[in-house]
Amino acid sequence: MTVLAGDVARVAAPGRWAGVDRALPVWAAVVLALLFLMALPLGWLVWMSVGGAGVTLGHYLAVLDSPALMQALWNTVVLALWVGVASIAIGAPLAWLTARTDVPGKGLIRSLVLASFVTPPFLGAFAWVMLAGPNAGLLNVAWRDLTGADGPLVDIFTMPGLVFVMTIYTFPYVYIMVANTLALIASDLEEAAAILGAGRVSTARTVTLPMVAPALASGFILAVLQAIALFGSPAILALPAGFHTITTQIWSLFQYPPKVELAAAFSMPLLLATALLLLVQKRLLGRRGYAAVGGKGGQRRPIPLGVWRYPALLGCLGVMACAIFLPYGILTKAALSRAWAQPLTWSNLTLDNFTFTFFEYSATQAAIVNTLQLGVATATVGAVLVALLSYVTNRRLVIGHQLVAFLALAPIVIPGVVLAVALFIAYTRPPFVLYGTLAILFVAYLTKEMPVGYAQSEATFRAIPPELEEAGRILGAGRLRILRDVTAPLARSGIIAAWCFIFIGVIRELSASIILFTPATKVMSVVIFDLKEEGQFGAIAVLGIAMLALTFATVVLVQRALGRDVLGVRE
Amino acid sequence: MMPTAVRVVALLTVLVLAGAAHAQDPRLEAAKKEGKVVWYTSLALPSAEKVAKLFEAAHPGVKVEVHRTGSERILSRVMQELKANIKNADVVHTSDAGHFVLLKNQKLLTKYTPAGVDAFPAGFKDKDGFYYGLRATVSVIAYNTKAVPAAEAPRSWKDLLDPKWKARMVTAHPGYSGIIATHVLALVNQYGWDYFKQLAQNRLMLVQSAVDPAGVVASGERVVAVDGGEYTFYQTRKKGNPLEIVYPKEGVPLIVSPTAITSFAPHPNAARLFTDFGFSREVQQVLADSEGLYTGHPEVTYPADKPKLSDLKLLSVDPEELEKRNEEIKKRFVEFFGA
Repeated sequence: MTVLAGDVARVAAPGRWAGVDRALPVWAAVVLALLFLMALPLGWLVWMSVGGAGVTLGHYLAVLDSPALMQALWNTVVLALWVGVASIAIGAPLAWLTARTDVPGKGLIRSLVLASFVTPPFLGAFAWVMLAGPNAGLLNVAWRDLTGADGPLVDIFTMPGLVFVMTIYTFPYVYIMVANTLALIASDLEEAAAILGAGRVSTARTVTLPMVAPALASGFILAVLQAIALFGSPAILALPAGFHTITTQIWSLFQYPPKVELAAAFSMPLLLATALLLLVQKRLLGRRGYAAVGGKGGQRRPIPLGVWRYPALLGCLGVMACAIFLPYGILTKAALSRAWAQPLTWSNLTLDNFTFTFFEYSATQAAIVNTLQLGVATATVGAVLVALLSYVTNRRLVIGHQLVAFLALAPIVIPGVVLAVALFIAYTRPPFVLYGTLAILFVAYLTKEMPVGYAQSEATFRAIPPELEEAGRILGAGRLRILRDVTAPLARSGIIAAWCFIFIGVIRELSASIILFTPATKVMSVVIFDLKEEGQFGAIAVLGIAMLALTFATVVLVQRALGRDVLGVRE
Repeated sequence: MMPTAVRVVALLTVLVLAGAAHAQDPRLEAAKKEGKVVWYTSLALPSAEKVAKLFEAAHPGVKVEVHRTGSERILSRVMQELKANIKNADVVHTSDAGHFVLLKNQKLLTKYTPAGVDAFPAGFKDKDGFYYGLRATVSVIAYNTKAVPAAEAPRSWKDLLDPKWKARMVTAHPGYSGIIATHVLALVNQYGWDYFKQLAQNRLMLVQSAVDPAGVVASGERVVAVDGGEYTFYQTRKKGNPLEIVYPKEGVPLIVSPTAITSFAPHPNAARLFTDFGFSREVQQVLADSEGLYTGHPEVTYPADKPKLSDLKLLSVDPEELEKRNEEIKKRFVEFFGA
């Protein structure tokens, strides 16, 4: 009924344009902003990759011709695939346990997955240097003490080490996709299969698995994309081991004398791979045609685990120990000690790291101010922008609203490093010289966070039936007035959530910032990275904890606004 | 040359430092109007902040904005900013003397003779008067005394090629640090690139800053550092870490870190005041005492637990050559060590 009324209203509203007139400039401006954020930088990027002296393929040939660049490319392929596989291996069982079984402590597990989801991966990587550096890493020291072994238990400065550290902060993508799907599958089908004589394994294989397959594949792709785009973790773990990934390689091409054209050309495989993977993901999700998924009927009875309840919980907590407990613990220890590798005795205990970081190191305060300014500005402008965009596309207010929706989601195909290269090229030259100001970071963040904000905001408007607005129209209110008096109050909590998502994304952003910052426009993540390069562990830990505190405060805010879990996983 | 004039200036500077001539000094007034000096420096962060705080204490009303990163990063920053027409840096101070040749040739430096530097040795002075060595250090070997008995410790650069050190050593990076860029060139001149090719066979851990190997060795993550600024090892040892420094007899690369005022300095008066301050006896003595650096100042005394520069065989590198071979150094190093 609801849907029908809306459709009828849409079809039978030829006079709609009359009311849209005044709003049209607003929409036009929004579309223009999108082109400005995306089209100009990407145009420059492509142009630069074939540019230099006339149009040339020379830069691409130089990429193909460089063993170092090809090696970095290959490393990224290996890394991303393994992170994808490992994320499924961890995320899917965890999702199944919390969505379908009677494992104890579901709320706790979900909160911890969320914590891992919002933890800046570079902080995790940094913490794991202290945990599992082959010699001084505390886990390896403990292992040697316990067993008397010579070699380390784990060496984090290796490809498997990098895969591991990326996975523990990437598996939530798989978890979210799978848990949300599992929560929608009624138990009836599985029970029917059981009644028909199928064993548990064969039920899982023939009934459950096919239904969650699209979600698994989709989660896999998201994890792969994340692994491709990350800069901080490989910079912290791969460079000391003597290998590059695409992102660290692009970044190092900016060293003097900068090879911007080469960086532009080398960005293309990253851009194309991302676009391709997202296309595949869209296809997969688009095919999700199982009537059994998403039905409201049918009960979801938790599967009893029996004696496996507590071992299962233990397994979940084991994963979370790697992602949360151990890293947060070692960060706290490093923040409070003079020498992080030594036991936390009275003589090693100190608050010097805090005083140094906040009061003596002059870059800190400026960076915190910059980060907060950018966070608030980007989140505010971004939330308004995505609200308008999703309203326009959801209510189909302009011709070509599909295009607007596409453009709003399009930045997701641009990894942060590539976006930064594009913005660097576009905005270091007239007519728009933004380099050296916070504005270029603002543009980068806004572009990068728009898809997330848009997706959140779109879901909000989808949930608000258009009838209320139409009632307002009938009563004679203009479109903007309705937006203000009817829609906005209903959408408020969703928009606050979008604000928070953008804010969290901004304060942890490193991969674009590392190329776009100047000494006068440093942000917290860049300061942390700077300190990492100099090996100032105590100060990094202090700043990292500050960043986590800011993140979790925002998460609490978003939970309040939404009245539910940020991950969107149903109870 | 002009000894009297310089001496008078030097004396004045000392007086300013003592806080006697604050109100009268017109240069301080001009600097106060500018409010701050922006310092791009590769000096280890705590040391840099210490110098900045000393300056601020002696010159109330003039702040120092410290931007600390590796020498090579600083050059990239300066050049990138200029390309975008950003004029931010007042004083540039790195450990890659080659950069100063480059900056001078591109007319990006101001000719300025800091008070008191005429008494410095020739190695600390640009012949054209654009830049002067604010501090010096040597690049050395260091090892963790808990993990390596003194008898087994490496004594020479070639000892590091022994396979027994496989996966137990750390190096900083010439693509980040001017100290390491200088170190690499000095040893290439001595032993050829083959030395580094062989060294890489021992699968070293790569860190960026020449400050970092000290921390890595102190924590025991690797037991031997094959290079690094001696002053950071010295400070780390003084804090009670189990670390010993080796000065190979074949010679240690000497790194004189120049400082210069940019031609586009937005706060030129504060920049000159800050530069003079750095070369004053007081500050040079602080650099020697608490930071463990060497300086060109003839009156500075050094801690007893450090060798004198004159006791060491020094391997010097010509800044012109360093400038010319900068890209080669980075490229070959990455080729051998992987990243």
